[in-house]
Amino acid sequence: MSATDAPGGTAPEQLRAVPIRHWGRWVAAAAILLVVAWLVSALIGSHAVEWSVVRHYLFNKTILQGVRNTIIISVLAQAAGIALGVVFAVGRLSRNPVLTFTSSFYVWFFRGTPVLVQLIFWFNAVPLVFKNLTIALPFTHVVLYTSPMVKFMTPFMAALLGLGLNEGAYMAEIVRAGILSVSHGQTDAALALGMTPSLTMRRIVLPQAMRVIIPPTGNEFLSMLKTSSLASVVLYGEVLRRATDIYSTNLRVLELLIVASLWYLLITSFASVGQYFLERRFGRAYIR
Amino acid sequence: MVTAEGVCKRFGRTEVLAGIDLTVERGQVMVLLGPSGSGKSTFLRCINHLEKIDGGRISVDGELVGYRQAGVNLHELKEREVAARRAQVGMVFQHFNLFPHMTALANVMEAPMQVKGLSRDAARTAAVEQLRRVGLADKGDNYPVQLSGGQQQRVAIARALAMAPKLMLFDEPTSALDPELVGDVLEAMKQLARDGMTMVVVTHEMGFAREVADQVVFMDGGVVVERGTPAEVISNPREERTKAFLSKVL
Repeated sequence: MSATDAPGGTAPEQLRAVPIRHWGRWVAAAAILLVVAWLVSALIGSHAVEWSVVRHYLFNKTILQGVRNTIIISVLAQAAGIALGVVFAVGRLSRNPVLTFTSSFYVWFFRGTPVLVQLIFWFNAVPLVFKNLTIALPFTHVVLYTSPMVKFMTPFMAALLGLGLNEGAYMAEIVRAGILSVSHGQTDAALALGMTPSLTMRRIVLPQAMRVIIPPTGNEFLSMLKTSSLASVVLYGEVLRRATDIYSTNLRVLELLIVASLWYLLITSFASVGQYFLERRFGRAYIR
Repeated sequence: MVTAEGVCKRFGRTEVLAGIDLTVERGQVMVLLGPSGSGKSTFLRCINHLEKIDGGRISVDGELVGYRQAGVNLHELKEREVAARRAQVGMVFQHFNLFPHMTALANVMEAPMQVKGLSRDAARTAAVEQLRRVGLADKGDNYPVQLSGGQQQRVAIARALAMAPKLMLFDEPTSALDPELVGDVLEAMKQLARDGMTMVVVTHEMGFAREVADQVVFMDGGVVVERGTPAEVISNPREERTKAFLSKVL
């Protein structure tokens, strides 16, 4: 091909590749910044919120205890949810019809009723139905532990049972999706090596399912941090309940709600960072 | 080593295997040929009970596969017992099926440690040796995604051999490979045959069948159409169906 066929008369080495200019992005960014600045200035300038009150209560001891309780109940309930989720997901996928039915029923029931009702049920209804909690050896008179149900079903226990069992139902579906995402050839290979089905699940399928399970589980945990505020109905002293208690006496409603929200934002931010590292850990084998 | 008598298998209403009788002697290599859908892969999977058979029986080294016979009854074995018998039979798959979350070395160490209860050190020593045999001594720390198809398949062979199986099953081991990578895998399999391993191989590699097989079996429509030495079946087929198939693949 002769030089005259090429467009223009420039030599190829003089040419320069120019990337597309994204003028629209700059305009949009500027517009968004303006709107945010206007909202913030409106919030600050209106004097509807007394910022010194926010600052005063941000590190208030009662609030900090609430933050601690929120973290404790969320972590424990989520951990219980994950454990239950694995058990019921494996049960649902098993070839044992009793397990399949039981697991399906569990998911159907706990996903199908409001978590608020479940919390109230554990705290108020269970102690009415079962007066005492007794652990005894069956067919003997040996009693290992007994106490009135009211003493056992503390706000903490009710919150843990209510939130954990509800979360387990959602986690069961997430874990099931993860297990189904692992190709059948993996199970074939593990079984052909002489691994039992349970060993195959534990060593081969679940570790691979983790990649699919982690992102929605992170989502669930962030959701759990905020759903745990419902535990206030069973008198559990998480952060929103503590904020409510304070503003019911001093009437600084907006300020204390901002305090609680700032803490929620901080905790969820840390959780998101944790999720990033977990994803990296379980994804490291897939980098070429 | 392998005896199959009247083996039948159905998927729903489709009869995939309609009475297969075959024997493989110790140290022999049997190659299964046939068009896709002829039942050859299914038969292979029945040998280690990855598929349950609906009729007949298969035994490996004198033990029934998947069942225990008591009079006229065949009692299905428990999962643990099935697993113990599978541990003595190695299998290599068309799509390698390496465990992607483990390094090549960990893939080879997994079953000896988890199934046979070998210590980590003993398993590592044995795994390194197996990888060296297939020419991948330096790839132990690589994850499967970092290996070519041919390398992955050789790791899969090393993984199966690490269990010291009595019998090796190969399910189209080179069908998913780029042409230039087929040779290395076939070479590893030939070496295994020379070392006296009993092998059942489903493949379309006629060169391999001619060179290595003691027995070639042509299957079509769930039955054995023709069997014999490579010279008989591949070079001088008697049956029309065999001739028609070979004319397409040779």
